[in-house]
Amino acid sequence: MHAPNVLEIKKIIEESETVKTLIFDWKMDGTENNPQPGQFMMVWNFEDEKPMSISLIDPIEEKIGISIKKVGDFTQQIHELEEGDQLGLRGPYGRGFEIKGSKILAIGGGIGMAPIASFVDHAQKRGVHVDVISASMTKNELLFVERMKKTGAHVLTCTDDGTCGFQGFATDRVEGLLKDSSYDMAVTCGPELMMKGIFDMVDTHHIPTQFSMERYMKCALGLCGQCCVDNEGWRICVEGPVFWSHELKMIKEFGKYHRDASGTRNYY
Amino acid sequence: MLETELCGIKLKNPTMLAAGIMGSTASSLNWVYRCGAGAVITKSFSIQPNFGYKNPTTVEVSGGVINAIGLSNPGLETFKKELQSIDKGIPKLASIYGASPDEFAHLATSIEDMVDMIELNVSCPHAMGGCGAAIGQDPELTYKVVNAVKKSVSVPVVAKLTPNVTDLTEIAVNAQKGGADAITLINSLGPGLKIDIKTAKPILSNGFGGMSGPAIKPVALRCVFEVYAAVNVPIIGVGGISNYQDAVEFLYSGASAVQIGTAIMYNGPEIFAEICQGLEKFMIEHKFQNIDEMVGLAHV
Ligand SMILES: Cc1cc2nc3c(=O)[nH]c(=O)nc-3n(C[C@H](O)[C@H](O)[C@H](O)COP(=O)(O)OP(=O)(O)OC[C@H]3O[C@@H](n4cnc5c(N)ncnc54)[C@H](O)[C@@H]3O)c2cc1C
Ligand SMILES: Cc1cc2nc3c(=O)[nH]c(=O)nc-3n(C[C@H](O)[C@H](O)[C@H](O)COP(=O)(O)O)c2cc1C
Ligand code: FES
Repeated sequence: MHAPNVLEIKKIIEESETVKTLIFDWKMDGTENNPQPGQFMMVWNFEDEKPMSISLIDPIEEKIGISIKKVGDFTQQIHELEEGDQLGLRGPYGRGFEIKGSKILAIGGGIGMAPIASFVDHAQKRGVHVDVISASMTKNELLFVERMKKTGAHVLTCTDDGTCGFQGFATDRVEGLLKDSSYDMAVTCGPELMMKGIFDMVDTHHIPTQFSMERYMKCALGLCGQCCVDNEGWRICVEGPVFWSHELKMIKEFGKYHRDASGTRNYY
Repeated sequence: MLETELCGIKLKNPTMLAAGIMGSTASSLNWVYRCGAGAVITKSFSIQPNFGYKNPTTVEVSGGVINAIGLSNPGLETFKKELQSIDKGIPKLASIYGASPDEFAHLATSIEDMVDMIELNVSCPHAMGGCGAAIGQDPELTYKVVNAVKKSVSVPVVAKLTPNVTDLTEIAVNAQKGGADAITLINSLGPGLKIDIKTAKPILSNGFGGMSGPAIKPVALRCVFEVYAAVNVPIIGVGGISNYQDAVEFLYSGASAVQIGTAIMYNGPEIFAEICQGLEKFMIEHKFQNIDEMVGLAHV
């Protein structure tokens, strides 16, 4: 049933000054109730409801996590919550990441690391080698670095200001990396213009890549049409949020514009 | 075999997308048509942009969904660009809403060149400021809105009515008097309410929302049946249609075409092709030559 499941926040992890991860108990019964990396939840705080990627999936302990960056009213309200408080979750929704091949490059920019972190856990557990680029503006905003290192993934940090790891944009780091390494596939999530840069690059190198897209969501049920993208009309909440490069090529608005709650276009 | 005509518009089959479902962009409307719909209808739009209600705007309940999206849309000027981008040859209806006969007439005249028909939403159960059901629950206002639009445009005008009235036939007859070329029945039912029992809070931000999906089908079917006996314009049936059997029931009840909304949540836009295939097979088995032979059979 697509109704919010009101759950207690079991644990809150402060990932950075602006990002918190909230952990919930989640029954893993082997059905569609079991989230896949790349899928998202609709999070209800009794005032508003917004999509959030699932950043942690622990099938053994039966826990899931969502990681929220404070950017506006809703996310501010969530940051004020404490362990033991409640939130409504419905989902999981959308099409997550697939694993193809045995050497994978994962690139996350900012809060875009959220679905990437759960993907890295998942891939490493299946014995697939993952190189991760965790990118942010500055050192204090780098996300999940220790957590991903523990899985055995090779984590490369990248900051705009050079306070940790490579100095520059994620796209520059990827370009450097692709000069001497090759990958069976890549996954990425982050600001759309960052993903656009990566899209052009992996296309040149013929690396099949999955991109996690964001669009304004209302129903997440595939009904309201709010999240549909030009020109194919696909619903980000059902056909996405993850798309392969060959599919993304058909999304003409990618890197150009997105629509707000009224449906008005906002150009990047 | 499935080809049919509605108010002079040729349709490859009698299925149409319901208003407000995947209807905010030309891209999604084109896709739904490619998936097999005989015609597509836009999300209802108004003169000014509208952000709609805050989330949650939808929640599933037994037998369907309740929604209070709040008629969000980017407004007439922006929507015109979407209308222009709908692929050539697709039978398309614009769904419009306003708070007065003048607003409706202004919207209708602004877009009549871009669409094949205009559907008047005088039936949304959760609209603000005198829109939606506030009009469709008043026979006199319904007449005035339909009439104002009918007098201003030359494309066929369809009145979409709400079931949430004491006497639906009275409203339908008034819509016909106003000049409606067809009637769509029904908009979402209710409004309904869903409460979260852990927090004792209504889930939708608006509290109430319109009910749609399989649970409302018997009511929708009754509305079609009742109105069919009272008017002599074609009826478009909508409400809980999820498979070809449902579509047959609506045709038998008196609908000349059917719209599909909530079923897309369960089956995706591919539902149009599935329903059409089932319907065609059914018609062959029952020796029907065309859709018209099926319309209103439950009345004879
Ligand atoms: C599939 C998906 C996964 C996401 N995963 C995460 C995540 O893991 N962590 C995270 O912090 N954020 C995530 N987001 C973004 C998040 O939903 C919103 O950006 C955020 O909730 C807006 O916060 P606000 O209301 O505080 O800020 P506001 O200032 O109100 O909004 C900031 C911006 O967020 C976007 N936004 C607002 N409401 C919505 C909505 N209903 N649907 C989509 N976008 C909206 C708009 O672009 C808006 O301009 C995800 C978005 C999508 C679509
Ligand atoms: C999410 C959603 C949005 C809707 N928006 C509109 C709308 O904008 N205009 C309108 O006339 N009807 C709207 N409706 C009502 C449908 O067009 C239809 O009349 C109703 O859902 C019953 O059909 P169904 O059971 O096949 O969904 C909406 C319904 C849903 C579920
Ligand atoms: S959010 Fe409603 S269709 Fe995707």
